Amino acid sequence: MNQTSTETLSVVVERELAHPPEKIWRALTQPQLIEEWLLKGDFKADVGHRFNLSADWGVVDCQVLVVEPNKSLAYTWAAYSLKSVVTWTLTPSSTGTHLRMEQTGFRPDQPQFYQGAQAGWPRFFANLEQVLARMD
Amino acid sequence: MPNTHEVLFRTLADPTRRALFERLCREGEQTVGALTARAGVSQPAVSKHLGVLKQAGLVRDRHEGRQTHYSAQLAALAPLIDWTRQMAGFWQSRFDQLEDLLKRMDQ
Repeated sequence: MNQTSTETLSVVVERELAHPPEKIWRALTQPQLIEEWLLKGDFKADVGHRFNLSADWGVVDCQVLVVEPNKSLAYTWAAYSLKSVVTWTLTPSSTGTHLRMEQTGFRPDQPQFYQGAQAGWPRFFANLEQVLARMD
Repeated sequence: MPNTHEVLFRTLADPTRRALFERLCREGEQTVGALTARAGVSQPAVSKHLGVLKQAGLVRDRHEGRQTHYSAQLAALAPLIDWTRQMAGFWQSRFDQLEDLLKRMDQ
């Protein structure tokens, strides 16, 4: 229990999809497709490319970190000064593709974690809660 | 709920206060004197920071003789843990939408 203050905040969502990696890669990297399932933005699969994703609860600032076509994609994900990294991993399986998403946030003991805390964090959570409530 | 977050993050945004809280998390209960010895600020300043942490529910105090002992209240960090829960919900729903899209897409 004592390691709570040094733990990395991490979210992992995995799913087995009955589609080939190449097709999923298109959905993850083509802006007009990204908009259909994630958020609207000017994504480009180039390392270093900066882009924004817009939602009705705010804007997510992103920068591409890793591009390995059909295998791996990673970008930073900063919303209301909370910085994290989103990593997608595609692994071919007998029925299609195993898709894994890991979002890793800064540890609570790192200063970046608290930047803009007063202004940003509470609103981010409040808005996110509203969005999640509407989605159910 | 947003109020709880605001108090928590504002309290921990101060580096001296955060350092005091982290020491209590790592090393367990300590007296004001022991905390002051390594805090790099005066005892009144340490006491003031501990008061703010107490207000936010992040520490608890216990009086024993003339000494006051402070300990970290890790349950108060729950909003940080909530972040993972909330983001997991967000991504689960996005995965659903991705699956719907894949069904509509051409090979």
